[in-house]
Amino acid sequence: MEITTKCAERCLTIYLKGELDHHGAQGLIRQLEREIEISLPWKLILDFSGVTFMDSSGIAVAVRARQRVRELGGTIRLEKMAPQIRKVFHAAALDKLMEMD
Amino acid sequence: MLMENYVTLEFPSRSSNEGFARTAVAGFMLQLDPTLDEMNDVKTAVSEAITNAVVHAYPDHIGKIVMKLRVLDGNILELVVKDWGKGIENIQQAREPLYTTGGEERSGMGFTIMESFMDKLSVRSVPGRGTTVTMRKRISARLLGRK
Repeated sequence: MEITTKCAERCLTIYLKGELDHHGAQGLIRQLEREIEISLPWKLILDFSGVTFMDSSGIAVAVRARQRVRELGGTIRLEKMAPQIRKVFHAAALDKLMEMD
Repeated sequence: MLMENYVTLEFPSRSSNEGFARTAVAGFMLQLDPTLDEMNDVKTAVSEAITNAVVHAYPDHIGKIVMKLRVLDGNILELVVKDWGKGIENIQQAREPLYTTGGEERSGMGFTIMESFMDKLSVRSVPGRGTTVTMRKRISARLLGRK
């Protein structure tokens, strides 16, 4: 799975691309942690517009990213999920844990 | 009424086969004329079942996974995912939300997703012998007079 990033005024946006399953997520948590440590964001946005499929592997990724950014005093927001992805997050009640568009 | 139809696939527990299994199921279920939402629900549930076999059944080697797909009376899709791996000691605990033995890359939500995205889920397992996960979902009949 590919990621690209954009950072402006301590707002870090990470654009995820591809299929976020166990196969695609391998190493992704480390990659996100590295980007967070470089940018030290106050706000982290995970942009799912390029994600074509996601299973519970994506839940672990979002939860870990939230945990890391909160340790640094920041917040997280999930954006532009397709309905299937939104449904997976809702099944895990992640909409109660973090901001979503 | 549809004639009974089925397919059986066998593949090694390589993580690259997670995507293959989803695509195979999507192709098979097209005969039931599913909505996009129904197809996505099934693909998500299959992904969880195969990932469990890849990650938990065979944690340190590649083993055999068999996936059986069947059309049942009443426009029902049945999926069976079977492995011959290490098995589950406590199925009730494994099915609880957030329970995982898989480390930080796993969420512990696999069975919860399977349960909420499918109509029925049953798990049979013998420690040291393997696990069989069976799921069913009724696909809404959208077209009148479907053969």
